[in-house]
Amino acid sequence: MTLRTRILVLISALVVLAGVATASVLHASARADRKNQAQPGGPEITAGTVALATGSGSRMIFRNMAWGPHRDELTTVPASNPSGPRTASKVKCLRFYAAAGTGVCLQSVHGPVQDTYRAVILDTRLRETARYDIPGIPSRARVSPSGRYAAWTAFVGGDSYAGTNFSTRAAIVDTRTGKLTPSLEAFRVVKDGRTYHAADVNFWGVTFAADDRTFYATLATKGTTYLVRGDLRARTLTTLHTNVECPSLSPDGTRVAYKKRVPGLSKDAPWHLYVLDLRTMRETPLAEPRSVDDQVVWRDDRTIVYALPGDYGADLYTVPSDGTGKPRRISTAAVSPAYVN
Amino acid sequence: MYVADSRASTSAASAEGAVRPRAGRRRAAVAPTVLALGAVSLITDVSSEMVTAVLPLYLVTGLGLSPLGFGLLDGIYNGFSALVRLIGGHLADRGGGRHKWVAGFGYALSAACKPLLLLAHTLTPIGLILAADRTGKGLRTAPRDALISLSSTPETRGRAFGVHRAMDTAGALFGPLVAFLILRATVDGYDAVFTVSFCVAVVGVLVLVLFVPNGAHRARTKSGPDGARTKSGPDGARTKPGPDGARSQATGTAPQGISGDTAPRPTLRAALALLARPDLRRVTLCALLLGLATVSDSFVYLLLQRRLGVPDRWFALLPLGTAAAFLLLAVPLGRLADRVGRWRVFLAGHGALLLAYTLLLTSWHGTALPYAVLLLHGCFYAATDGVLMAVASESVPEELRSSGLALVQTGQALARFVCSLGFGAAWTAWGDRTALTASTVALALCALFALTLRRPAPSAPSEGLA
Repeated sequence: MTLRTRILVLISALVVLAGVATASVLHASARADRKNQAQPGGPEITAGTVALATGSGSRMIFRNMAWGPHRDELTTVPASNPSGPRTASKVKCLRFYAAAGTGVCLQSVHGPVQDTYRAVILDTRLRETARYDIPGIPSRARVSPSGRYAAWTAFVGGDSYAGTNFSTRAAIVDTRTGKLTPSLEAFRVVKDGRTYHAADVNFWGVTFAADDRTFYATLATKGTTYLVRGDLRARTLTTLHTNVECPSLSPDGTRVAYKKRVPGLSKDAPWHLYVLDLRTMRETPLAEPRSVDDQVVWRDDRTIVYALPGDYGADLYTVPSDGTGKPRRISTAAVSPAYVN
Repeated sequence: MYVADSRASTSAASAEGAVRPRAGRRRAAVAPTVLALGAVSLITDVSSEMVTAVLPLYLVTGLGLSPLGFGLLDGIYNGFSALVRLIGGHLADRGGGRHKWVAGFGYALSAACKPLLLLAHTLTPIGLILAADRTGKGLRTAPRDALISLSSTPETRGRAFGVHRAMDTAGALFGPLVAFLILRATVDGYDAVFTVSFCVAVVGVLVLVLFVPNGAHRARTKSGPDGARTKSGPDGARTKPGPDGARSQATGTAPQGISGDTAPRPTLRAALALLARPDLRRVTLCALLLGLATVSDSFVYLLLQRRLGVPDRWFALLPLGTAAAFLLLAVPLGRLADRVGRWRVFLAGHGALLLAYTLLLTSWHGTALPYAVLLLHGCFYAATDGVLMAVASESVPEELRSSGLALVQTGQALARFVCSLGFGAAWTAWGDRTALTASTVALALCALFALTLRRPAPSAPSEGLA
């Protein structure tokens, strides 16, 4: 082949490939228009005022995932009618939680070169009071029952060639003083009564107790996950139980709902929801047969709420916390719920 | 031209051998083949880094998978990829130099993995696709480096590898940028990222097929023990006939295992017997020892962040700092290696790494520190990555070039893997500072050992020239 022929071959291939590449980008960007159109049969959504302390009965606030102009905004519904009309707030979050008038909203920020993420602390009227950088893709968010502490988890990873190494970072902030602990790795880990060091320690899924000192989280090291009890004053983490991920403490502080890795399930959906009694350390499987990958929320001392994949991202379900009953869908196209009064 | 070639090879055992460019010798430009291979690497790296950059985001937000524990396979895969690399090297040498086609197969395999990512939605198939992608990378590396070394003159090899590595790194920097521009222009445009990545990868394969000449005929026309050989660069442009006496003696200190022939048949045994060559054994041993004390990049960034309190939002940018320094320094240091000796530059590169470790250990916390550490880290790569291949090329006969380079690369890669295991364990047991101190001491000792090991080298030609 002469040089001329080779160049011609290359140019023709370039034209074809550029066409394919352009078509795929156009196709994907057309999706943006579709997603901005409300779907027929979707929930009714109107813009309005959303507050973290209503004084007018219990409400559920969550990230709305229904297509249309209010996609990804924090929206609210009466807790008694979760599938009813939604009121949208204009505040966009990937993950959200709130308690006692403090909200934490994990957002993506579109930068010139790549997306970055931040955690925004919100007051009762969803106004920003502080913001913190997040080092990776946001995953879990929680606020302590008093509203003083907020915590979030991010996935960090993947910088080697076709690499598959991920780690997580869990951060806690005192919203009163602004003091940030960027990673729980700064705490001393006590495992089986002894201080434990390892380079491969990962933390995720923080949940707070009412005393503003105790919290629980997942610690992973050497392929095992542990439920740890954290002490914000002593800055320690003590292992309590194995095979516990994304714990969520009940309002009365006696039990932890969590996802447990069950042998025999597929690698992609390995979890089953359990409740652990912290006094007796007895595990109770819940009546949800599907694998749940979420940090559940307690609606009250007897009911938990969680998200499962749905047609528009995720749907919310509820199930009793004592292992009885049946799961029930309460809302479609919704994720990251929090109950406020 | 060939005179220079053989003269340099005469003292092949010493890196200094390559130093004496003849006065008035034309400053050889980088061979077209090297530029073509550089372009292939650049394009391929744009493609693969596009995927690498969006993969975590895709798994977590696109597929809703929990990627933790996904990395467990990495350890097992490291061993496999070492094997793949050796196989790639050996296959390329067999049949009289099929470097282009083995490398091409590697590039094509990686390219074919990109559209498959569109179809896989669960962890296991995604893991398998990524493993296939990395197999392609493992297969192509040694034949590609062999092509680079075979198509450049011994005097300019350092520069040739430098040019290639710079182009390669440029692609790695450019890829994530393209990926995020696509994500910006779309909604959940991961399918578009994978499709574009595939198209780019195909361009890379095409450039290789169309513009990198196959060196097959070169090796086949290779001559018998009389040493007469027709050497034509894989770019096909040059024909360098001439006696090969001096060369064969230099490398012909080969043991009986290689039948004493200057043109060993590229069998698997011959490839393994390469290690019996004092030259190559020395290079491999040094690369191995130094690799054992080379802390993996991710630990370096983690240490940097811990010791200096680099804010989280800058953490993802740390590897870019190393890459930028590597990109800028690869060519100058490659040229320097050609001038003052490749082995010297290779060792000096480890000196830079030693300095970087020392800086991380000092109590100095100036704002310039992260920049200094990343500059030194990039400098380490620029002075060692391509330069090591140039060094090793001097000690491996052309017929076994790919196998020989694969051997050195594999030794180094395995040593680094062992080091990262050891470093992780030391970190667990004694904390990060002690682990780094230990690595620093180990690196210093290995560097000293490498210095002494290599010292007799300048007199080595006497072995062959007797």
